[in-house]
Amino acid sequence: MHDFTPISALAGGALIGLASVWLLAANGRIAGVSGILHGIFSRSEAQWRAWFVSGLLLAGLAWQAAGGPVPLREGFPSGWIVAAGLLVGFGTRMGGGCTSGHGVCGLGRLSLRSLVAVVTFMAAGMITTYVVRHVLGVAS
Amino acid sequence: MKALWSALGAGFVFGLGLWVSGLANPKKVLGFLDVTGNWDASLALVMGGAVAVTLAGFRLVSSVKKPIFETNFEIPARIDLDLSLVAGAAIFGIGWGIGGYCPGPALTVFATLSAESLAFVAAMVAGGLLHSALVSQGETP
Repeated sequence: MHDFTPISALAGGALIGLASVWLLAANGRIAGVSGILHGIFSRSEAQWRAWFVSGLLLAGLAWQAAGGPVPLREGFPSGWIVAAGLLVGFGTRMGGGCTSGHGVCGLGRLSLRSLVAVVTFMAAGMITTYVVRHVLGVAS
Repeated sequence: MKALWSALGAGFVFGLGLWVSGLANPKKVLGFLDVTGNWDASLALVMGGAVAVTLAGFRLVSSVKKPIFETNFEIPARIDLDLSLVAGAAIFGIGWGIGGYCPGPALTVFATLSAESLAFVAAMVAGGLLHSALVSQGETP
């Protein structure tokens, strides 16, 4: 095992959890990022969703401005990236959530649907990473 | 207006959490998903830390009648398991396993304007719209 960063992982996870609790307590909404993004484009409660996504973008700008490390990957084939984006966009709508909606929020409210989704996408992700890296030999 | 600033603040803190935790780094994500390589277990702690907070926090929130800035809670009501839940999660997992990006990290990395994140987010939006075009029924988030 290398690159193990337990403290920052727990601290960052706690921030993600706090933001999710805040959105539910203050706005009454679930912090599921795939649904929030899609809602902007499908004109469903688009306004608060656009503000939430703006917050995500501002966090990226603030992190860079504060000199936080921005590890950018270069040379990963663009065809794979586009395929990955299409699959993530399509799959999260078909399955009704992603790592945040089903993972952080769904598990937090003890939803069986979310547990099934999390186990499924974790397993699919692990198998896919194995195949792409070690069978197809794509450097990522 | 307060509700909108509140949503912006939630997104901001959520995004900071993604950067602090390492989730905004697709290499780190793939290091977690690559269980046969030099496995990096950090992401399990990100999820564990986040769920520990939501488990406790959601329990507290469930005791109040309405949210602070809105008139009602919108919480998914479905409890049935169906094929589209499992198939959709599997398709999402395949895309996640290829690129190392899930929606939240992809959006906050979008702020760096890296070619990779721009292409990923554009494709992700297109994938969601493609699903809407194919399926007319409503979705539960």
